[in-house]
Amino acid sequence: MAKVTVDGIEVEVPNGASVLQACEAAGKEVPRFCYHERLSVAGNCRMCLVEVEKAPKPVASCAYPVMDGMKVFTDTAVVRQARRNVMEFLLINHPLDCPICDQGGECDLQDQAVAYGHDKSRYGEPKRAVKDKDIGPLVKTVMNRCIQCTRCVRFCAEVAGTPELGGTNRGENMEIGTYVEKALTSELSGNLIDICPVGALTSRPYAFVSRPWELSKTDSIDVLDAVGANIRVDARGPEVLRIIPRINEAVNEEWMADRGRFSFDGLKRRRLDRPWVTRGGKLVAATWPEAFAAIAAKLSALPGERIGAVAGALADAESVLALKDLMAAYGSTNLDCRDDFAAIDASRPDFYRFNTTIAGIDEADALLIIGSDVRREAPVLNARIRKRWSAGKFPVGFIGPRGVDLTYPATHLGDTPAAMAGFVETLKAAQKPMIILGRGALQRADGAAVLAAGWQLAADVGALTPDWHGFNLLHLFGGQVGALELGFVQGKPLADMLAGGVDALWLLNADGFEPSRIAPGTFVIYQGHHGDAMAARADVILPGAAYTEKDATWVNTEGRAQRGRLAIFPPGEAKEDWRILRAYSEGVGKTLPYDDTNAIRARLAQASPVFARVGDVVGGGCTDTTAPAGGTPTDAPFVLPIAVYHQADVISRASDTMAECAAVYGPQPAMAAE
Amino acid sequence: MSAEPESFAFDAESEAKIATILPRYPEGKQASAVIPLLYVVQKQMGRQTGSAWVPRVAMDVVADRLSMPPIRVYEVATFYFMFNTKPIGRYHLQVCGTTPCWLRGSDDVLRACKDAGALKGYGDTSADGLFTLTEMECMGACVNAPMIAVDDDYYEDLDYESTVRLIESLKRGERPKPGSVISRQTSAPEGGPQVLTGAEQE
Repeated sequence: MAKVTVDGIEVEVPNGASVLQACEAAGKEVPRFCYHERLSVAGNCRMCLVEVEKAPKPVASCAYPVMDGMKVFTDTAVVRQARRNVMEFLLINHPLDCPICDQGGECDLQDQAVAYGHDKSRYGEPKRAVKDKDIGPLVKTVMNRCIQCTRCVRFCAEVAGTPELGGTNRGENMEIGTYVEKALTSELSGNLIDICPVGALTSRPYAFVSRPWELSKTDSIDVLDAVGANIRVDARGPEVLRIIPRINEAVNEEWMADRGRFSFDGLKRRRLDRPWVTRGGKLVAATWPEAFAAIAAKLSALPGERIGAVAGALADAESVLALKDLMAAYGSTNLDCRDDFAAIDASRPDFYRFNTTIAGIDEADALLIIGSDVRREAPVLNARIRKRWSAGKFPVGFIGPRGVDLTYPATHLGDTPAAMAGFVETLKAAQKPMIILGRGALQRADGAAVLAAGWQLAADVGALTPDWHGFNLLHLFGGQVGALELGFVQGKPLADMLAGGVDALWLLNADGFEPSRIAPGTFVIYQGHHGDAMAARADVILPGAAYTEKDATWVNTEGRAQRGRLAIFPPGEAKEDWRILRAYSEGVGKTLPYDDTNAIRARLAQASPVFARVGDVVGGGCTDTTAPAGGTPTDAPFVLPIAVYHQADVISRASDTMAECAAVYGPQPAMAAE
Repeated sequence: MSAEPESFAFDAESEAKIATILPRYPEGKQASAVIPLLYVVQKQMGRQTGSAWVPRVAMDVVADRLSMPPIRVYEVATFYFMFNTKPIGRYHLQVCGTTPCWLRGSDDVLRACKDAGALKGYGDTSADGLFTLTEMECMGACVNAPMIAVDDDYYEDLDYESTVRLIESLKRGERPKPGSVISRQTSAPEGGPQVLTGAEQE
């Protein structure tokens, strides 16, 4: 540790820390543009100049290591003058277009120009003009505004692992870009908008839409992948205008995936905003009482075992619990939340959780990925793996289709379950080996055997010890684990229910399977928010709320319960999902025992301990290494579950932005042979 | 002169050169060889097409050979003026216009290049594809100013007439001997050495 005095305040910081970090420890704010705590140090903007005792000139604090006994001054006449001069140089080529710039109001340069800028420019010559780059449908560029801090270049190379941005040419002609015009291939490209300190990289869908002070900001959780990134939903009136990440070191650090960030325009399209009931073979608009009456008439005539319920990828924990209780009231135990037919064993939580935890990846020292394209299934988690890989000594094995680029080198061992044997020695040699099994790897006939084989491998290589749990299942969406925690796997499995095992099927956000698989004659109640394929098959449609429109609890792949809050109201007559179930139950005389959010949450906490400790994760080691029931996996190759990253769920399928991305990034039409 | 070629592959001569370059760098640090390899590319393009430049496809080949992201090669190739990222003429006339050369008459040299090479100015390539004219900063031959560099060869102590003669001989396909055009011995005084001639011993 080194003792440093900053403006008379004594702080202790680790050796090797920078002066800037020491200043922050002392609570002194140092302006900066190029420095970012999660990226390498570039030291090229010079805005963070401070004075150090006995140093002849002001020093760039971000790139200057501390020494014991150092005295730093952050607010002297010299420092202020130096920063003013740096600011004047930065503004020489920066256009004065704040009124039409989307960064206006949340711009580092704007804010710091207030503190250190001159009231007028002394520069009379023409400003530099730089051609705007087309880097895809998500990130808009206005390169005249670029101050060449190279944060975006470093982000792409270091965090995203897709080194496509760079600074070409030199001196006054230096430009940030891809050199060859191309769309960035990263699933994390939206984060470039956040890290750009000026308005050079802004959100294309958000262009000219709003100012930050007009937005109402609501903390929520991203449910479009199973990472559970902490987000802030910015809305104005009835519309979500943008979604940006919040910092949570244990989950998403400060990053967020593109699908969660940009698919919100799907919340406005193809919405179910009123109940629908089938009359004479056709869906017709109905009122809530009519819809409830139609359901009640059907269900009351059926014995409990002929009724089934399925919870899907985007169902929140409250409504899953309400549906489970309603089914219990009907005497039905036919519950399944595995609407993608993944052979998940729900008998023990660590069979389906990401037990190592996301933060635990930092400690692992070997990794085997089985049947999961982590980069597209959980981009933020993949960035965490990449961060661990960058730190060194981290062998990664991959089993799955050839040609998957995870953004870090991975030994391709094969594409069948038998390939697991190829990495045993590496995992055994590691102190804290880790195995990630993709949920997609269980969506096959021998899924249970794959799960058992993955667990057995973890047990054999010493990944399951009392203080280290190296077995991980990576889920795909934010609603999947919550339903498992609530034990929504009972009675007849989904395949039996679809094949005529039940006469009535209550689908809660269940869109994971082909509607044509439902046996003809089955009475289908679809409760959800989007008129996707499944709604067309339904006999009664109950319009629910999307994740931005309800106070709901979500459980991420680690088993971490987190709360999302209502940012906007559901459209039309749509209602919060658990309230729909509660209202229905009262109508049929099976009143569910909770009237408000607090009551249902108390019930949640009773149902599973994860809901009693919101925001936290159970974690810990593994004391019982008994494998789930399985068998021997076949030799069928693994197939990845997400074919088109940008259109993997009902919300993103309704989004125009995502449709444009899918067209740009999707498989290119085959060229005719010449 | 050619536009961006469809593909690029190192020929045998370049491969031989690369085989001597790569072992200079420790294992895993092959990316350090990016500048020498780009130079090999430029030389090969000069041999094959008569225009020594580095096409984009060739940068991709270099990136692939050195296992580095293509953008890192683009950055290097565009940073250094010595790499031509656009096609140039057979002879690259690089005129020094920095102060010592300018004081000693680089304006005349420039005028001679324009007149004899049929060039409109800096950045221009002649219609016959023989010459490209570029302004370069000081190339370190100030003692014999003014000078121009033709590809890798320096021609020094130039004036209008001698520059015209140089360009005319290049047009005939000759390569005059590099160095001072007034028969100065390297950078010794004009007319031969003035000191250390042996006379001081008397």
